[in-house]
Amino acid sequence: MKRWLALLVLLPALALAQDMVTRDGVTLTPAQEARAENIGDQLRCLVCQNESIEDSNAKLAGQLRGIIRQQVVQGVPDQDIMNYMVQRYGIFVLLKPPVSPLTWLLYAMPVLALLLGGVAFFAARRGGAAPAPLTEAERARLDELL
Amino acid sequence: MSPWRRRLLFGIPLALAVAGGEGFYTILRRMQANNYDPHALPSPLIGKRPPAFSLPGVAGMQGFANTDIAAPRQPMLVNWFASWCVPCLQEAPMLAKLAASELAIWGIAYEDDPQALAQFLAQNGNPYQRLAADADGTTAINWGVYGVPETYFIDKTGIVRWRYAGALTDDVVDSVLNPLLTKYA
Repeated sequence: MKRWLALLVLLPALALAQDMVTRDGVTLTPAQEARAENIGDQLRCLVCQNESIEDSNAKLAGQLRGIIRQQVVQGVPDQDIMNYMVQRYGIFVLLKPPVSPLTWLLYAMPVLALLLGGVAFFAARRGGAAPAPLTEAERARLDELL
Repeated sequence: MSPWRRRLLFGIPLALAVAGGEGFYTILRRMQANNYDPHALPSPLIGKRPPAFSLPGVAGMQGFANTDIAAPRQPMLVNWFASWCVPCLQEAPMLAKLAASELAIWGIAYEDDPQALAQFLAQNGNPYQRLAADADGTTAINWGVYGVPETYFIDKTGIVRWRYAGALTDDVVDSVLNPLLTKYA
């Protein structure tokens, strides 16, 4: 009877334990893992610079994934985890950099390109007036050719 | 279409293409001359003190903590390296040369095996006045180290003034390190 009771108590715990995932040395719930992946997706791996920390096979990326997960388990807010990384590696670590004097040109580029294109387009159209009428000699030559 | 206009329509794209080519060629030439690395990152530590750490010595040498480099008497280098790192091997002669010029170099061995490290120093010389081991790489992450070798220039007041990622070359020493040594002497 006692054994059955123990099993009854343990069963939900076992079911819960099965739901846990372990990644990069940290065990966490699927919800926590999803949060950690969302953070890692926004951070650049500094070893292979066009991959996110989540995608990279570099050892450093694995260590950083572990740190993110530890902090997620501790309940550190997303923004604080991001700040932890920026403090160490600079804003380059953010795959989506913040708008700052350094990145102003980057974010203004689509608008600038549109303006420049617009100016070029209208300048080209304005000059597109009808060509000067043909002279008498040209008309005669045209008739001959046709 | 006026001839002027036609000349502009031909000339402007041509000028842009030439300017672009010139730009890319300059980048490539400077990459080849080793004074431009498009992957290099500015370190957030510049203008600040290194974060708190205390690392044990390795290979029979004394380790150090951030407090030990808070106010060095002379500008110094902290060199992150590892025995398993090929550029570190290439860098060894340059570090030996700098150490011989009485520049203080303190080393931190990054995720290294003490035995392999001792062998590396025996083969390539030991330019370090002190040598600490960051066995699990935690201090490296706090410094923002993203590979080895990395070299930090620390001025007399303990402020980081420069970080170089990659093996120090004659060119880098001449064009950056020596001017820094003069500036912060």
